[in-house]
Amino acid sequence: MTLLELEGVTAAYGPVQVLEDVSLTVPDGGAVGILGANGAGKTTTLRAISGTVRAGGRIVFDGRDVRGLRPDQVAALGIAHVPEGRGTLGDLTVRENLRVGAYLRKDAKGVERDIDYCLDLFPNLQARIRSNASALSGGEQQMLAVGRAIMSKPRLMLLDEASLGLAPSTAKTVYDAIRRLRVESGIAMLVVEQNANLAFTLVDTAAVLETGRTVLTGTSAELKGMDEIRRAYLGG
Amino acid sequence: MEKFVQLVVDGLSTGSVYAALALAIVLVHSATGLINFAQGGLAVLAAYVAWVLTNQGLPVGLAIVAAILVSFVLGAVVERYLIRRFERGDPDTAVVVTIGLLTLVTGVAGWIWGYNNQQFPSLFPLDTVSLLGVSVSIRSLGTTAVIVVAMVLLQVLFVRTKIGLALRAVAINPQSAAFSGLPVGRLLMVGWGLAAALGAVAGTLVAPQLTLTPGMLDNALVYALAAVILGGLTSPVGVVVAAWIIGVLENLAAVYVGFIGFDLKVAVPFILIFVVLLVRPQGLFGRKTVVRV
Repeated sequence: MTLLELEGVTAAYGPVQVLEDVSLTVPDGGAVGILGANGAGKTTTLRAISGTVRAGGRIVFDGRDVRGLRPDQVAALGIAHVPEGRGTLGDLTVRENLRVGAYLRKDAKGVERDIDYCLDLFPNLQARIRSNASALSGGEQQMLAVGRAIMSKPRLMLLDEASLGLAPSTAKTVYDAIRRLRVESGIAMLVVEQNANLAFTLVDTAAVLETGRTVLTGTSAELKGMDEIRRAYLGG
Repeated sequence: MEKFVQLVVDGLSTGSVYAALALAIVLVHSATGLINFAQGGLAVLAAYVAWVLTNQGLPVGLAIVAAILVSFVLGAVVERYLIRRFERGDPDTAVVVTIGLLTLVTGVAGWIWGYNNQQFPSLFPLDTVSLLGVSVSIRSLGTTAVIVVAMVLLQVLFVRTKIGLALRAVAINPQSAAFSGLPVGRLLMVGWGLAAALGAVAGTLVAPQLTLTPGMLDNALVYALAAVILGGLTSPVGVVVAAWIIGVLENLAAVYVGFIGFDLKVAVPFILIFVVLLVRPQGLFGRKTVVRV
């Protein structure tokens, strides 16, 4: 079953048209990558879905067009956006950040259980539970950002450049945890990732964007085999 | 010795006035990330509302409650229709807007009610009681008690409640907070409403002492800002203690330090700020912000 469908999505920042024609689908429980060079419109596609930029075309989540909704309304439908730059709340502690993620939930026991789950998934956060988020390392902040998204019990997670600025081993730790999360929770994922090799460890299929258009979609295996993909995004 | 204790008690009493306003400033800052210079103006407006209602024959207690409710709505409306237009831009712009709002509110109050001092009825009896050999007015004790209660409630609100956490989250990063489903606009309105309501408490508490004029809190606002810097923007307990320190030191310096006297005592809090900022830039009780990238 299709959970999210984008069809002919357009978006602009002022006079600059960033998305011309983006189409892709995310099946329920699936993981889809968005690949492309800098400026291709990957981040903007995620922003269009979460309501942070105004978009044209069709963005249908669970049978409902979500265009025109505010970001908090989109979040309430079950879409958790982990933004580029992580968006952790610096002056709040790790635990407070996780509790903010659970803002819309009423099940106090479930929230406590899920905080424990996040700490099990990201053991680094356990020792920092009382620290302000601004005092965490980059990797820990990324883990916290994903943890906060988990706390909202989403059906779809939008992950934007989760490896950005991290040491390769830290990036691998983060992706290992996200892969485990995917298996254990069944949360569908739409993943923007500069490091295509890392992305292919997580996603089943991917869409390739060029200057705001979807130019290619395929399974990870198909795309990995293509010469132009390898040249453009896998470093030869 | 008796004179010393009397000065300290009087200082605590005036310090409580600064503390009330300082708490409102901390509330808005924690809930919106802004310093609201219009806080004093809105508090004076609330005092006028209560004053008008008492003139209509309403008991002073009820009039104050009504003024607090009116202020909550007014604060929320100001956020929704004025401040929100500037929230997406440079934070400095919004701060300048609050300064403009202060001028506007003061002017409107003067236009409607004139600039003559009006007697505002006190919520507390005007008697004094003897404490440690000095006479203390019940009004001062009552004002101080209300401030302490407000301070504890604020601390509990921000640290222990879900809405307090949500208010802080929105102040830190509205866009990111929205990704967790926080209704940013509504929370900002609530934050401003609560701060205006707290300002109304401050305004109506001190109006009997200062007598009601449109510029009643202009001086107090300066001291309140001093208390906020001294105590640390993030700490309700800190700013109240700082306000008391300012009130007491100001009184003591005026009497015991010859060259300061009553003419120069206004400089005392600023000398204090200067020293504190040199030694502890985050304020006496504020948390140091550590940022790693």
